[in-house]
Amino acid sequence: MAEALDLSSFVRRRDDGAAWMDFAVEGISDAASIRAIEAALCKLAGLTKARINFSARRLHVEWSSGTFDPARIVADLAALGYRVHPFAPRAREEDLEAAQARWLLRCLAVAAFAAMNIMLLSVSIWAGEVSDITPETRDFFHWLSGLIVLPAAAFAGQPFFRSAIRAIKARSLNMDVPISLGVLLALTMSVVETARHAEHAYFDSAIMLLVFLLAGRYLDQAMRRKTRSYAANLSALRAPVATRIEADGEIATVPAAALRAGDTVLVRPGERIPVDGIVIDGRSEIDQSLVTGETAPCAAAAGCEVYAGTLNFSGALRIRVRAAGGGTLLDEIEKLMDGALTQKTRYLRLADKAARLYAPVVHTMAILTAICWLLAGRSAHDAIITAIAVLIITCPCALALAVPAVQVVAAGALFRAKVLLGAGDAIERFAGVDMVVFDKTGTLTLPELGLDSADDAAPAAVECAARLALSSHHPLAQALAARADERMPLDSAEEIAGVGVRAMIDGQEARLGAPSFCDLEAEAEQVRQAHPEASVIAFRRGAETAVFRIRQKLRPDARSVIASLQAQGLPVAILSGDAAPAVGACAQALGVEQWSAAMRPQEKIAWLAARKAEGRKVMMVGDGMNDAPALAAAHASLSPITASGLAQAAADALFLGERLAPVVAAIDIARRANSLMRQNLLFAVVYNLFAVPLAMAGLVTPLIAAAAMSGSSIVVTLNALRASRAAREFAAPHVSPDPAPEPAGSPRFNGATP
Amino acid sequence: MTILLVLVPIALALGGLGLAAFLWALRNGQYEDLEGAAMRILSDDDLAP
Repeated sequence: MAEALDLSSFVRRRDDGAAWMDFAVEGISDAASIRAIEAALCKLAGLTKARINFSARRLHVEWSSGTFDPARIVADLAALGYRVHPFAPRAREEDLEAAQARWLLRCLAVAAFAAMNIMLLSVSIWAGEVSDITPETRDFFHWLSGLIVLPAAAFAGQPFFRSAIRAIKARSLNMDVPISLGVLLALTMSVVETARHAEHAYFDSAIMLLVFLLAGRYLDQAMRRKTRSYAANLSALRAPVATRIEADGEIATVPAAALRAGDTVLVRPGERIPVDGIVIDGRSEIDQSLVTGETAPCAAAAGCEVYAGTLNFSGALRIRVRAAGGGTLLDEIEKLMDGALTQKTRYLRLADKAARLYAPVVHTMAILTAICWLLAGRSAHDAIITAIAVLIITCPCALALAVPAVQVVAAGALFRAKVLLGAGDAIERFAGVDMVVFDKTGTLTLPELGLDSADDAAPAAVECAARLALSSHHPLAQALAARADERMPLDSAEEIAGVGVRAMIDGQEARLGAPSFCDLEAEAEQVRQAHPEASVIAFRRGAETAVFRIRQKLRPDARSVIASLQAQGLPVAILSGDAAPAVGACAQALGVEQWSAAMRPQEKIAWLAARKAEGRKVMMVGDGMNDAPALAAAHASLSPITASGLAQAAADALFLGERLAPVVAAIDIARRANSLMRQNLLFAVVYNLFAVPLAMAGLVTPLIAAAAMSGSSIVVTLNALRASRAAREFAAPHVSPDPAPEPAGSPRFNGATP
Repeated sequence: MTILLVLVPIALALGGLGLAAFLWALRNGQYEDLEGAAMRILSDDDLAP
């Protein structure tokens, strides 16, 4: 890299003037690499701190002077064989989450400390009740418990109290309202009872409840944080760099995130365009499949609008980074997105549904208990104590763990199945899906081009052409270059821009490139006739000639994934922005009957709305910018990690890798998780059916309350662990790859004629 | 039972000590990178040479 890398936009400053930044690190796997990186950075003058966070795969560096250039870190570590990528400072959200996690952990620590000490005292009291504890000792122990619990609960209960207050202010109910009420009443009653020298106090129940719930909440948050930080690392790893043309005509390499509207960037042939912008100079062809789903490259010249993620084919372009404007495709898509998001009725989560039913029922029950006891002629004190006991025993320990515990385990299972969950309630929505809609380009097909017809050509010719292709930047040649066994480019190779590559091999000239460059126009025309969707690239060495077809290939397991979805009774459809012949051929190859081609974004939304009106819950799987509104509008949505930024932001989850199997895994794991959630809720109901009558009859002692609460929590948690069983099934290849190579004469799809 | 007046404060103080140590470790950032800590177990670069 001859040009300087400018990282200034990633550097952040602390109050004392010290500068720091974070990098995402690739390829660290053991203690040796940590040592190697940190030792190398220690030698850099000016750097005051360099520390790797191995769990997060991040590198944190600090320096004091203003003269240090962080680009040296990238260069030095690249020399050692480690690639580091500047981490975009969207970390504010992450900082908040980390602070939240620390706070929850602190609350948990305080609550657990208090609970352990209280148990020590409570067990003594319980044991004393069957032997010879004196009332004085019991009172002493109760007061001591109160002394420990009251401050501990005031501190550790904050997450619930705050959330409950927020909910009440918004005039709604969530699970935290009955929890807070239960804890507060239990504590108040216990203090009053202790003052009256009574036999029972419920300090232990209150604090135990907090411990269980805080543990569940912390785990839930930790899982989400892990997924998010992993996704953030991936996006840093894939973050494009741009070649910026400075005011003085010099060029500098900068991360695309650092570009500002009005900057000018240079895009060479074979590079992906890093930003949305307007072409100001140059002429080329652009593969816009990530934007429109269309695979035929379109011409670009001065004045054309181009989008981030599209691939530049043949010529160098100078692009002015787009300032906010109106009337472009991007604006239209953003407008559609806003519409789709506001129309999407907010999904009511299972836990919230349960809370809405639960809280009124429980509170009515407590009041009824008090009234019944009063009618039966008992004192007001006894009536209130029994009513509070009802609230304590029904405090939704199991209920509040029932859903989050399953979500934690299922999110972990999805993570292992290569699905990164974005939204917390996505699991429930995936489970409800009864139809799956795919985009074609980049979703059913691989995002990269691949060689299609190697079986027609002699292996020696393929190898020779592939080695020639190593010297070219053209995307078609790069698809061919992937077939080269020997990875060394030929010394004598020279690239002729826009035409091809030539080299002398064993005294014979070999050429690779446009058909006219190799005098193979007639043959190429034949191939084009037979396979109108493929791009062709010609090769000649002496008398040896070949015409290669380059096209986007189906993902290796696309056919079996679709078959397995259909076998589960889920109808599959393809909605593509590409031309009809390409989509039709693809649909036929995959056995999909329902397909539509040349769909504009608003047509996709309309199609989805029609299915929704029929009562279908559609899952949309897509990657293009044109799919983003449909992804936002669908009941549930999934994007490959290679998708455009807009699509990734709109999707509920992302999947990694070349395979499509995570789509099946996501639905399967979500369904299993959903049934476990329902089982858990059912268990909570059954538990209450037994516990509430006991409490109403006034038979609940603190010992019974403690046993019932911890027992039900443990049952629910153990049941939730079963959600990870599904993941183990998917860890083994669940969906076998399609037999390769494709049978000759199988329908051809996709691709373009240059 | 007067022994309780000695034992209970001792028990509480010991538990409180553990809690304080945990909160200190948390504030000190020792729970930020649990896997990394395992990796660094044999490195001694925090000692002056």
